[in-house]
Amino acid sequence: MALRTPPLHAVHETRGASFTDFGGWEMPVEFDSINEEHEAVRTAAGIFDVSHMGEITVTGPDATELMNRLTTNDVSALEPGEAQYAAITDEDGIIIDDTVVYRLPASLPEGTPGAGADYLFIPNAGHDAQMHERWTAHREQWGLDAEVTNLTDEYGIVAVQGPDAEDLVAAAAGEAARDLGRFSAEAMTIADVPAWVARTGYTGEDGYEIVVPMDDIEPVWAAFDCQPCGLGARDTLRLEYGLLLSGQDFNPEENPRTPLEAGIGFAVDLDTDFVGRDALAAQQESGVEQVFTGFVLEERGVPRHGYSITDEDGAEIGAVTSGTMSPTLGEPIGLGYVDEGRAEDGETVFISIRDEGKRAVVRTPPFIGENQ
Amino acid sequence: MSFEIPENLYYTESHEWVDPETGKIGITDYAQDELGDIVFVEFPGVGDHLETDDELGVVESIKAVSDIYSPVSGEVTAVNEALEGEPELLNDDPYGEGWLVELDLDSTDEVESLLTPEEYESQL
Repeated sequence: MALRTPPLHAVHETRGASFTDFGGWEMPVEFDSINEEHEAVRTAAGIFDVSHMGEITVTGPDATELMNRLTTNDVSALEPGEAQYAAITDEDGIIIDDTVVYRLPASLPEGTPGAGADYLFIPNAGHDAQMHERWTAHREQWGLDAEVTNLTDEYGIVAVQGPDAEDLVAAAAGEAARDLGRFSAEAMTIADVPAWVARTGYTGEDGYEIVVPMDDIEPVWAAFDCQPCGLGARDTLRLEYGLLLSGQDFNPEENPRTPLEAGIGFAVDLDTDFVGRDALAAQQESGVEQVFTGFVLEERGVPRHGYSITDEDGAEIGAVTSGTMSPTLGEPIGLGYVDEGRAEDGETVFISIRDEGKRAVVRTPPFIGENQ
Repeated sequence: MSFEIPENLYYTESHEWVDPETGKIGITDYAQDELGDIVFVEFPGVGDHLETDDELGVVESIKAVSDIYSPVSGEVTAVNEALEGEPELLNDDPYGEGWLVELDLDSTDEVESLLTPEEYESQL
């Protein structure tokens, strides 16, 4: 199958980016150096093209009920202009995807992404068709009155992240950008392009994610004078904060996990009636066998996806789902699932790297920031 | 993009280089650029004897793990321990401070079967 290309592909190519297949999209993985890009986001600001993420709108009298039944969080708690993190689970409570749901104001100017809709949600790369089908199938099954539209090919997303992001977005979109609270969003204009600007991100830093019409994304990208960053830096940045990567830290086929196992129980509201709710309520009662946590390697090596986590006798007690040499800490860090009794902070575990057990210590993420 | 390919070295299709004068082995400028930020290097033991194509070590960048193979046979007489603390030397100076290991070559004739700088350049 041919890869989907973001509209900024040629711009990235001219800038010297190398590319990778991510969720069926040919996306920039690196512009200059992952370390340089990572550092720019931690100390100043970086800009990311995340147009591979999906965009689906839901509109109509039953839009709230449809969203509430298909996502794990309480959508009815959202005011217009607010965003919410949630998981999308199957009947067994297994995470199919994770997403950010935006409650859209009725007053969005024409041409703004999401205008006229009640909700916009952002599935992960390559999941948009599957989620569109899931939403429409359940709408039919439940007889709900809501229109579901997959706009992934019409909208793109630019993310500006880092301590300088507020100044950059205020300069490009106006001073109102400074007043946006975390997980809030508003319609703004950037380079004459109508944009849906949200104070959200996936780097652990302050920052903004800006949804714009795909055809007009180039002037929006050009409006920010900061380090262009690829998916390589995005991965090291999110890993230092312990943020889940779809497909890697959870995967319904290869690594089926519930939100309670994956450490995102905060995004589950068991008082709402969603698909998977009963399975999660039962698991809440019985407890989980393995939990998602982090670790820091104390010997030389780099933990990678798929490596075993063992005890001192070499018995397997878990597996690594993500790992890297942390550019901020200069230490090898990783995320993974570990048997419930072995996941306490400070617990010694071993990471099996090329058949050799390397000593590591369990540490609940984030690895940097408030828990450091 | 052009890459540095010194005239006095021999090369492999898998992007290692060997200096027949010193017995030093490393990875090429092209290889370090492809790998990106190098964060970890694993060496053989000093005194180990390697046959041609034996695993000589592992180089890991932030985004990839790469096995390195010995272009020739010989005994390991030194490993570049500086890379343990500063693996980025491999990005900065792949033919100089970023060398990987030094071999006492079994035979200098072996390098004749490797790629010349011109041959290596033509395969990039």
